[in-house]
Amino acid sequence: MSATSLFTLDDLRRILLEAAGAEEGVDLSGDIIDTDFTALGYESLALLETGGRIEREYGIALDDSALTDAVTPRSLIEIVNAQLSAAPSA
Amino acid sequence: MNAHPVVTGLGVVAPNGLGLEEYWAATLEGRSAIGRITRFDPSDYPSRLAGEIGAFSAREHLPSRLLPQTDRMTQLALVSADWSLQDAGIDPGELPDYAAGVITAGHSGGFEFGQNELKALWSKGGRYVSAYQSFAWFYAVNSGQISIRHGLRGPSSVVISDQAGGLDALAQARRQVRKGTSLVVAGAVDASICSWGWVAQLASGRLATGDDVERAYLPFDSDARGHVPGEGGALLVVEDAEHARARGAGKVYGQLAGHAATMDPRPGSGRAPGIERAIEGALRDAGVSPAEVDVVFADAAAIPELDRAEAEAITKTFGPHAVPVTAPKTMTGRLYSGAAPLDVAAALLSIRDGVIPPTIGTSRADRYDIDLVVGTPRPAPVRTALVLARGHGGFNSALVVRAVGR
Repeated sequence: MSATSLFTLDDLRRILLEAAGAEEGVDLSGDIIDTDFTALGYESLALLETGGRIEREYGIALDDSALTDAVTPRSLIEIVNAQLSAAPSA
Repeated sequence: MNAHPVVTGLGVVAPNGLGLEEYWAATLEGRSAIGRITRFDPSDYPSRLAGEIGAFSAREHLPSRLLPQTDRMTQLALVSADWSLQDAGIDPGELPDYAAGVITAGHSGGFEFGQNELKALWSKGGRYVSAYQSFAWFYAVNSGQISIRHGLRGPSSVVISDQAGGLDALAQARRQVRKGTSLVVAGAVDASICSWGWVAQLASGRLATGDDVERAYLPFDSDARGHVPGEGGALLVVEDAEHARARGAGKVYGQLAGHAATMDPRPGSGRAPGIERAIEGALRDAGVSPAEVDVVFADAAAIPELDRAEAEAITKTFGPHAVPVTAPKTMTGRLYSGAAPLDVAAALLSIRDGVIPPTIGTSRADRYDIDLVVGTPRPAPVRTALVLARGHGGFNSALVVRAVGR
């Protein structure tokens, strides 16, 4: 797999919007990479739905703990990318 | 705390009018919203007519955060609640914690949402089912979402008794206000016009068949042969009268003066249906004599034996042709739990404007000795109205609303 197919902040933004919309007063296009998901208005169920969509789209399986451990976009992106680079290439 | 709780806000989402005044204008004009179903292809079903809410775009009214997690009925309920609070001049953020609650009724929960997730499950697999299915289908979800949106953390619940639930929820709100809650957002909105919801409704055997819009839903008519379903309802701000006075509430539509709920006897028992006892109980609870009642909003099942039971109960209580009876739901279809709160809104507007909205389409059968208001609205001073609702399985509910003061 090439580096360009890895999971980026823009990918996460798009999937968050599809999965759970955006909180009023929150600018998802802003500098959010180190902002807690709770501060962005996403509770555990929103993250569960987001995680499910990431799994479907990227063909990976995230541990249940991955979504509770990742409190910011940066940490979730790192977990997803670790999975993607570990996945055996087809 | 002795005074009856009052209604200070009305939020209406009806097939023939989105918003209180739009609904009321359409209702007085006799404008029906019953038509062929557009939300799914009804060609293969025996019943093909419904009262749909046409022009409703949830994203115009609600934040994007709520859209992926809500069924249509919840989106309509959230908008109805917003409008009700606005109408009441209430800013929920200014209320003390736990001072206000939410009590809704539900008939079927979020059917369309559930249908889509079942489709995803069967066609693609469990990983494609929304996490929000966990609550989006649930009967209590409208109460929960309204509570969360406005921070209303006082007594909150959901009442399930089919169409009777719409009144039972208002009665429960009345109880909570009498126990000390300042106000309750109460009522119901139902919407399950989707193919799965339709099949569930067909199972009742009570849906009108065919394509004749004018002759489909005819309560108290000799051709009565079932009802047309609709979607929508109303949410009301039910408020402690002293609280409303102290904050200088701009509108007091009327008071919830009396209520009673009964169950029908076991089928085949030979005993009378429970609707008459519900009427008597509600009048007694309100301290109102039959002669004081200015209008009855009928349940209007359009099933001959149910029409007969309702007409006889009205005649026994009030006398033949002694009180105007109306069923504006002939313009919307039966909205299940949403029907009775919408009728209560109409009753309160009858009090406000001195006019009784009409029943449309129906020609009253001679065997029913009731004064049915048919075709055009009837100007009349209205101070006291009785609203009736019955639910499948033997639920009966009756609510008395009255003008305040003067």
